[in-house]
Formats: sequence, C-alpha cells, structure tokens
Amino acid sequence: MTPRLSVSDLAKAYDGLQVLDGLDLEVGKGEFVSLLGPSGAGKSTLFRLLTGGRPDRGTIRLDGAPIAEQTAPFAFMPQRDALMDWRTIIGNASLGLEIAGVPRHEARARVAPLFAEFGLSGFQHHYPAQLSGGMRQRAALLRTIVMDRPMLLLDEPFGALDALTRAGMQRWLAAMWQRHRWTALLITHDVREAILLSDRIYLLSPRPARVVAEIHVPLPRPRSQADLATPEALRIEARLLDTLLDPSQGQIP
Amino acid sequence: MVNPMLERLWRIAPALSAITILLLLWESYVALSGIAPTTLPAPSRIWAQGVLNWPSLAQNTWPTVQATVLGFMLSLCVAFVLSVVIDFSPALRRALLPVLVISQTLPLIAIAPLVILWFGFGLAPKILLVAFVTFFPMLVAWLKGYEATEPDLEWLLGTMGAGRAAIFRQARLPSALPYFFAGLRISTTYAVVAAIFAEYAGAARGLGIYILSAKNNFRPDLVLAAVGVSAVLTLCLFGLAILAERIAMPWARFREPRR
Repeated sequence: MTPRLSVSDLAKAYDGLQVLDGLDLEVGKGEFVSLLGPSGAGKSTLFRLLTGGRPDRGTIRLDGAPIAEQTAPFAFMPQRDALMDWRTIIGNASLGLEIAGVPRHEARARVAPLFAEFGLSGFQHHYPAQLSGGMRQRAALLRTIVMDRPMLLLDEPFGALDALTRAGMQRWLAAMWQRHRWTALLITHDVREAILLSDRIYLLSPRPARVVAEIHVPLPRPRSQADLATPEALRIEARLLDTLLDPSQGQIP
Repeated sequence: MVNPMLERLWRIAPALSAITILLLLWESYVALSGIAPTTLPAPSRIWAQGVLNWPSLAQNTWPTVQATVLGFMLSLCVAFVLSVVIDFSPALRRALLPVLVISQTLPLIAIAPLVILWFGFGLAPKILLVAFVTFFPMLVAWLKGYEATEPDLEWLLGTMGAGRAAIFRQARLPSALPYFFAGLRISTTYAVVAAIFAEYAGAARGLGIYILSAKNNFRPDLVLAAVGVSAVLTLCLFGLAILAERIAMPWARFREPRR
C-alpha cells in the first residue's frame, strides 16, 4: 500500500550549513510517527520543506504524488501555540477554515461542536491570554485538526509546558488519537512522549540529519503513562536513549 | 476597592495633588515676592482673565482645533498608507525611508513660513504642517510593529494557504496595533503645538495668533491662558487616543507579561 507520506533522500543546506542530508522516512495512513533527535538536528527544517520550502535534493510524496501537485496537504501545529492574541478562542480555532474561504459564521458553526471534546467548553469567547498553557495547546490542536487535512504536522507541541501539564496533555492526546486515528508526524525531543504516542519512532542523527534508527512501538493501546513502566517500554526507552547519547553519534549531552 | 469611579479617582489622585501643589507654590511665590503681573501673573489671575476674555479666546481656539483635527486625520492616513507601501515593497522601503527620515531633520522654523508662502494663510498649510510633524512617530511604530509579528504565526498562515495580503491583514496588522497606539500617543502630544506654530508663522486667527498678539500687548496672563487652552486640547486628543486603543484592542486587558 502506498504510504500517506514518503520522504526520500531529502537534503537541504542553509548558508553552507548542511542541515538535512539524505533523509528517508515514511508515514502510513492512520499512523502516528515521531521524529526524535537532538536539538538543532534539523527537525523543524523538515517541516519547512514539507510546508512549502524547497529542498536541494530529494522528493516528498503524499499518497504517491509529489506534494507540489497537492493542495494544502498538511495541517501544521507550530512550536508554542501561535494563537492570535486578538482573536477569541473560537476565532482562533476557525482561522484555518476562514483562510480557506469558509464564511466566518459557517466556520464557527463547524468548530463550535468540537469544543467539548477539546475540554474548552465555555471558553469560546475568551481570549488566549485568559487561558492556561494546557488549554492554549488544546485550542491550537483544535485549530489544526478542524482544517481536515490528510495529515497533521506537530512541532514539539508540548515543549513549552510545565511537566505536570505536559503529562496531562500527552495522556489526553493519546486518548484523542485513539478515537480519531489521525495520520500524524510529531517532532519531539521527549523520549517518553514519543513512546507514549507513537506507532513508530525515527531517531535522527545530529546535523546533518539522517535517520539512524527506526523503532516500532508495539505497546498495546490505549496507553497511559503507567504503560511506560512495562519492561517492553523500558527496553525501548533504554535503546532510544543509548542511541541518542552515543558518543559515536557526535552528540555530547 | 469596589466602586470603579472611586478607584479611578484614587489612581489619578497623585497627579492631581502634584498639579495642585505646583499651582499653590506658583500662586504664593507671586503673592509673597510682589513680582509684577506683567512679568509673572499668578494662576488665579490667568484663570480670571481667561474667563473674562473667553469670547475672543474661544473664537481663536476653533481654527486651531480645526487645523489640529484635520491635520491629524491626514497624518493618520499618510502614516498608515506609507507603512503598508513600505512593508510590501523592499525597494520602496530603501527609496522612501531615508527621504522620510531626512524630512524629519528639517527645522520647522524654516519650513513653516515656506509652507505658508506656498499655500497661503488659509487652513491648508496648517493641516499640512500638523501632518508633517505628527506622521513620523506613527509610521515608525507601524513598521516596528509589523516586524514584531511572530514568525511562527506567519508560517502557520502560509500552511493554511494565506497569501501575502491575507498574512498582512490577519497577522502583521493586528500584531502592530500595540506599537501603533504607542506612536499615536506620542504624535498627539505634537499635534496642537504644531498647529499653533503654523499659525505663528502666518494666519488670520488661531491660538498662535492670539498668543502672538497677547505677547505684543504685554499680557503674559493671556498668553498663559491660551497655553492652558492648548494643554487642554492636547489632553483631549491624548484621551481620545487611549479611548481608541481600548476600543480597537479589547484583548489587551487580558494580556499577561510576555511569556
């Protein structure tokens, strides 16, 4: 079966600095895949290339066709939440639909029923500054999924949250994914987050980024933080950490 | 405090007391030193003479208000249009920005009589001069504000399919609003002074003319009464700017310190 996303031999240099060099990866339909790598490994560069940047080399295909021929294949959730201070939560959530030309009233009517599932009931007309960090992230994710694109790109969505809120959000996202089975590619440098959420994890080398390991996470779903303490999960965590911290990878933590 | 009126009063209390103390000091200095009122009139005398001469003072206030308001409206438009043009075109930015900066180095004392010479004694040259003096802080504020747009936000809008114009309208313009209103406040404090200066350089009526003739008649009390009127005008303009900010940015009340 053709994978939803297939990236092959992707390379990109900025100002003479080779950021990506021969990156290959695939994401199947309905699969949750994480990209795990040291900071500055070029994970965000991959997202730049997926969302309109030009690679120096390599191809990106969505359902077998080059992405240049696709219209708006990805729903992107940037690092931090990038909510607009000046729009209410429902205004933020319906932003993607409005940009796509859906009239404002219709866009809001389409988004409104989803507020309960995202734990945002009653906050439709609040401004982002009135919400907690976790709620802001849920609003940002709501804004991402209502666009109804073939695939989600999540760039360290929980990186800026405190540890407790982050754990809560990871559990919540795991449950949401269980129900909706979005095709998703997640950038993270949180090993346990990757294990909790992913079907598969790609480990990237330090710059220039290449895939150094591909790890399946066969833990049964639905998962919770407790499943991270099973022997299977601990073995995967140890292997991920070993590879990430391996001095032969040139990374000194 | 529960009562919002009382709370507001409490907040402006320090400013009111400072002004009161200054006026009292001034008043008592004039009373105790015996200085001639033709040199330094007491605040009470300025107030009394201002009230007594109110008809002519009011008659001369109106043209100044007109010049200030129309000039400021022109200035708002010019600053915004220039900022959009400069934001969309790097070539025009390089061409225009130095010219605009240089324009702000020209001494008003030389420009004002020339503008009067070119455009006559009517309202037009005053409007132009007020706009000339006040557009720059707002233009700089817009440009600075556009640049303060969060890059992630523009990236996000791009992935949603937004073009350059939509990104400007959805992200750059609202991001710049807090900066613009800071610039607006600065500009309002120049506007009335600019109008008075323009009248000084040549006009039939106006606060500038009133001040000029009061001075020539050795009436510092009336000069200062006119100054008081101009201060009140500026404060009104400043208040309007704050009101506009409140209305245009209802979300700002909730803004926490930048994370």
